[in-house]
Amino acid sequence: MTQSPTLSRRSTSSDLPQPRKSRQRGADTRAGYTFLLPWLLGFIALTVGPMISSLYLSFTNYNLFEPPKWIGLDNYISLFQDERFLQSVGVTVSYVVFGTPIKLAAALAIAMLLNSKRKGQGFYRSAFYAPSLIGASVSIAIVWKAMFGDSGPVDQSLSFFGINLGGWVGNPSMTMPMFILLTVWQFGAPMVIFLAGLKQIPGELYEAASMDGAGPIRKFFNITWPMLSPVIFFNLLMETIHAFQIFNAAYIISNGEGGPAGSTLFYTLYLYLRGFSDFRMGYASAMAWLLVIVVGIITLIFFRTSKSWVHYSGDSK
Amino acid sequence: MTTIANPTTSVADTQAPHYNPKSETAGAKRLKSIIFHVVALAVTAVVLYPALWMIASSFKPNAEIGGSNTSLWSSNFSFDNFVTAMEGIGGVSTMTFFTNSLILALGAVVGTILSASVSAYAFARIKFPGRSMFFGMMIATLLLPFHVVIIPQYIIFNQLGLVDTYIPLLVGKFLAADAFFVFLMVQFMRNLPAELDEAARIDGAGHARIFGSIMLPLMKPALISTSIFSFIWSWNDFLGPLLYLNTPEKYPLPLALRLFVDQTQSSDYGAMIAMSVLALLPVLVFFLVFQRYIVEGVSTQGLKG
Repeated sequence: MTQSPTLSRRSTSSDLPQPRKSRQRGADTRAGYTFLLPWLLGFIALTVGPMISSLYLSFTNYNLFEPPKWIGLDNYISLFQDERFLQSVGVTVSYVVFGTPIKLAAALAIAMLLNSKRKGQGFYRSAFYAPSLIGASVSIAIVWKAMFGDSGPVDQSLSFFGINLGGWVGNPSMTMPMFILLTVWQFGAPMVIFLAGLKQIPGELYEAASMDGAGPIRKFFNITWPMLSPVIFFNLLMETIHAFQIFNAAYIISNGEGGPAGSTLFYTLYLYLRGFSDFRMGYASAMAWLLVIVVGIITLIFFRTSKSWVHYSGDSK
Repeated sequence: MTTIANPTTSVADTQAPHYNPKSETAGAKRLKSIIFHVVALAVTAVVLYPALWMIASSFKPNAEIGGSNTSLWSSNFSFDNFVTAMEGIGGVSTMTFFTNSLILALGAVVGTILSASVSAYAFARIKFPGRSMFFGMMIATLLLPFHVVIIPQYIIFNQLGLVDTYIPLLVGKFLAADAFFVFLMVQFMRNLPAELDEAARIDGAGHARIFGSIMLPLMKPALISTSIFSFIWSWNDFLGPLLYLNTPEKYPLPLALRLFVDQTQSSDYGAMIAMSVLALLPVLVFFLVFQRYIVEGVSTQGLKG
């Protein structure tokens, strides 16, 4: 009060930023949630809400027409006595365990082949990527079925070499290789990502290694692999998670039945059949939650073990 | 096709000094180049074979597709299969299926562009409590198997009487449910200089102005990749329509294809494959036109095909 008008004016002006800042912060919070609204609504209504209700449903008997009946852990217990369920787990696990590493190995090998200054590199990169864009479509599933069918082109070509397997589609022991070939054929997407990673590795590292007399194998394990490890990790995680969810090809190739002899009864196909053709929604929900838990555990294991082999730039190791 | 090579090779020229030119003779270099092209062309042949076989078979008479004639070329080249395929199935013309697919895909593009860009702006450019928590949750949904939500979603839409409409297939697009696109746009916006917003703020612009007149125009590349991928994903989507659509008049192409396979019991192989070609045609055209955007989008954002 005793201050001169000029001083007091100055003191208020220096105080001003404070309320303005907090007012700004309030405005930002309001604006933030306003802009986030579409995602937030979707997240609550289409993800969190349904996740909670499917967790609840997994402990019930529910057929869409009568109210859900609480049965505790019965769904989970009967899952492990259900031979078709166990078979679907077996089919899916062998697909993930064999298909994903082969696909990634092909992707890495071809990315390394393409990672050099040569004409046509861009063309090859695009051509190899194309299957990834169409591979999950119904059209390709139909084509695959026709190609691997009785006296289809695959059978014809193999017969030419004296290998008579007949149609792969109807042969329970050949359907898995057929599905693995379908996923390996789509090596382009991880390849493009590998290629982007390979381009980040400084050429001097290889030059220095050459001067020290390192051969291509040592260069691969001592330079390429560690430098590329974050990209390898990313591809491995994403491809593994996606492989668990294969559906379209399994549905189309087996006419939605998972045959022959259950050899194409992939996890998500069985989940679909249980939920939407037997209307055992509680049972299917239990399957869905089991998948979430398994994928969650695998993700966790990947991240835990990644510390020992994934090197990020700036790491002291 | 030849134009494809130009932009990328120039990048490769400057970025891949992997071997020491002095240590190699011209002859060795030539040999290496020949080996490279032989291997790369062999891979190309294997990779493109299914697509070529599909296109070749669509022009062949039925008897030749599964026959002993494995050559891709047929002397009995004809459009008959396409004529049959265009007739459609179950009294519905294939043009209707095309239109349905187009409506769904365009709806998906519009919805995704609107909702993902707005949400991404909040994550990338506005500071508010809870932002990093929600961002983490958004990332987590990228890894979540979506099968865990389809049953309750179906139950909800069924109770709302929305089964056999396009609403269940489109509502998620308008609510940024494809977290990948939100993530892609957040990454893109974070790389835009912060001075842009600060300058606009000093001039008194609010978030709506900054978003609409500064961010959106600059985000064009991200918006284009998002449009391309959301179009193609919607075009190829099978499970969604399979769950929600019952009337053939409303079917998009993938579902119509399945109906076609079911009803003809593979007796008309040629028409079935011709219809598969038709269903993929827009995707292939998109790829040929936008392949630089598509492949660049994959290599920088890790987008799945």
